[in-house]
Amino acid sequence: MREIAVVAYSQSPCVADAGATNEVELIMPQLQAVYSQLGLASAQDVDFVCSGSCDYLQGAAFAFVAGVDALGAVPPIKESHVEMDAAWALYEAILKIRMGHADSALIYGFGKSSPGELPIVLSQRLDPYYLAPLWLDTVSLAALQARLLLEQGLLTEHDMAAVVARSRHNALANPLAQLAGEFSVEELLAEEHFVAPLRRADCSPVSDGAAAMVIATVEQARAWGAPYARITGIDHRIENHNPCLRDLTDSVSTRQAAAAAGVHRGPVDVAEVYAPFSHQEILLSRALELAPETLVNPGGGVLAGNLMMASGLARVGEVFRRIINGEAGRGVAHATSGPCLQHNLVAVLEGA
Amino acid sequence: MAAAELLSQEFELGFTYTRSTGPVVGKFLTGLRDGKVYGVRGSDGRVLVPPAEYDPVTAAPLTDFVEVGQEGRLLSWCWVSEPREAHLLQQPFAWAMVQLDGADVPMIHCLEAPSAEAVTTGARVSISWADERQGFITDIRCFTLLQGAAS
Amino acid sequence: MSEPQADVTVVKSPVYLKYRFTAGSAPARFLGRLKEGVLTGQRCPRCSNVYIPARGSCPACGVPTEKEVVLSDKGTVQSFTIVSIPIPGNPIEPPYIVANIVPDGANISFIHLLSECVNEEVHIGQRVQALWKPAAEWGYSMDNIRYFRPLDEPDVAVDRIGKLPVTGLES
Repeated sequence: MREIAVVAYSQSPCVADAGATNEVELIMPQLQAVYSQLGLASAQDVDFVCSGSCDYLQGAAFAFVAGVDALGAVPPIKESHVEMDAAWALYEAILKIRMGHADSALIYGFGKSSPGELPIVLSQRLDPYYLAPLWLDTVSLAALQARLLLEQGLLTEHDMAAVVARSRHNALANPLAQLAGEFSVEELLAEEHFVAPLRRADCSPVSDGAAAMVIATVEQARAWGAPYARITGIDHRIENHNPCLRDLTDSVSTRQAAAAAGVHRGPVDVAEVYAPFSHQEILLSRALELAPETLVNPGGGVLAGNLMMASGLARVGEVFRRIINGEAGRGVAHATSGPCLQHNLVAVLEGA
Repeated sequence: MAAAELLSQEFELGFTYTRSTGPVVGKFLTGLRDGKVYGVRGSDGRVLVPPAEYDPVTAAPLTDFVEVGQEGRLLSWCWVSEPREAHLLQQPFAWAMVQLDGADVPMIHCLEAPSAEAVTTGARVSISWADERQGFITDIRCFTLLQGAAS
Repeated sequence: MSEPQADVTVVKSPVYLKYRFTAGSAPARFLGRLKEGVLTGQRCPRCSNVYIPARGSCPACGVPTEKEVVLSDKGTVQSFTIVSIPIPGNPIEPPYIVANIVPDGANISFIHLLSECVNEEVHIGQRVQALWKPAAEWGYSMDNIRYFRPLDEPDVAVDRIGKLPVTGLES
């Protein structure tokens, strides 16, 4: 099988409201950044482009088509799109390269969530007969999950606050983070509940932004001469859409994807886990069977800033950055999609 | 280049869909309209409420409908102190995972309660029907707490 | 008692979502000048094409566009259609003409109305000019232009459409 590597990555800052910046203007700076890391002129210099976004976020039908304005599609390029997090666009691009249809690919994800009421917009992902008409928002669904974990003794509110405290602390060293600071667990627990048992700080913020990545065969990566990290495993699994038919205290799909991606074939120096709620970081770390010495979300994770439709790709990008900076030799990236961790993707990255 | 003025405009996006129910969802919604709750028996014998069209384990079509109770037990809940505009209840309420008597999995709906303090996991709850029922999930207006000890 | 009702086979499940749309930097600058009665475009730093309305990028080259250029309100018909059926919600009485118009100084067209013309005589390459509403009615909208109307100038050859400078045929 062809060996594939991440060769370039860039992410915008996570901001609560990108204001007068449209999707093209969000995407372009990230594309320019990955081009400059490799000396490329435009998307014409890669073999395939794949993006991830969701038109419902900003309420503009076919908004993803506008993304093509950022690419320079003259003459026409090979392009595709997933209506989900760009981590799945990465997956599609990897398949394309593995099949021999491309040697390199540009992947980008973007989300402008601020125009709508994100937890309510996302409620419409639920099944349209039984749940979507109730407007069961994402925060409430996560809160139902958190109580199951709490009351089964699988974690405590103290554990959840500790996740938040570490995220805020780690985010101090992350210039792209939206929320950062030094908070004690006691301070966080003193805050009122938002949707009990969740506090506001247990929930990732709503963020606008974009991320872009270039992957290529190892041969192409060497030809470009840029530092790279090999993607040695990737897999994704989906569970039933009905949260009540799943064990919400575990993530079976994450366990399966981790096993199939080969997470346990070696030590994991760093793990980037897409956990939009504090209790989910604990749940997912267990499902990934991470060792105590593994560094989890060292940049603060998505509790410090959550770019819907780009955060999953950003998890892979963060692991890539740690590896090429020499901070880690082997890392794991996790992405999630769908209501309450329905669909999970796990990738393993290793140094060149 | 001059700094751009922030030009914005509020709008409402409407998807005015009419959906076919198919026989399984249709059976459930017809039941709601008539004041009854139907589940369906899965391949492993579990009664799924609301009914799934296909078995979650084997993917076989499911047709063995079972009427279940209109009371049940609260498995999990969360407290919405500030209801969102879209929510069905506009006073503080709980979202509830309720396992109806005779069902083997919970369902999610709203729970009307005077305060978070009044709600405990394991509490007995009952369906409160909407005044006018039309064959929709909101024919169940919400759940309400039953007096008495938790089961 | 009434007869038993038929089984439920369909449900109405309308979804309404509220948003606040923002125009984007490049469109906001375009709309800001439009409110002053000026048509602007943005020039690509690589291929020099001028786009109206600009979105902040050159879709052909994939590079950011930042430089605003003022365009003429005179232009050329690149294509057109005669609308003969009423469109629900549209107050304009058919038949009327909807045309792709390239303003002088730009390289791509936008769509607007063409009026004060004999419909059967409208043709590709025809020269037209904007008829603006009174300045007091201008807002952030292409409606500031009521419509375009024919201009007494020679036609533009097809291979020259979309290539005229901002000075039009005068240069």
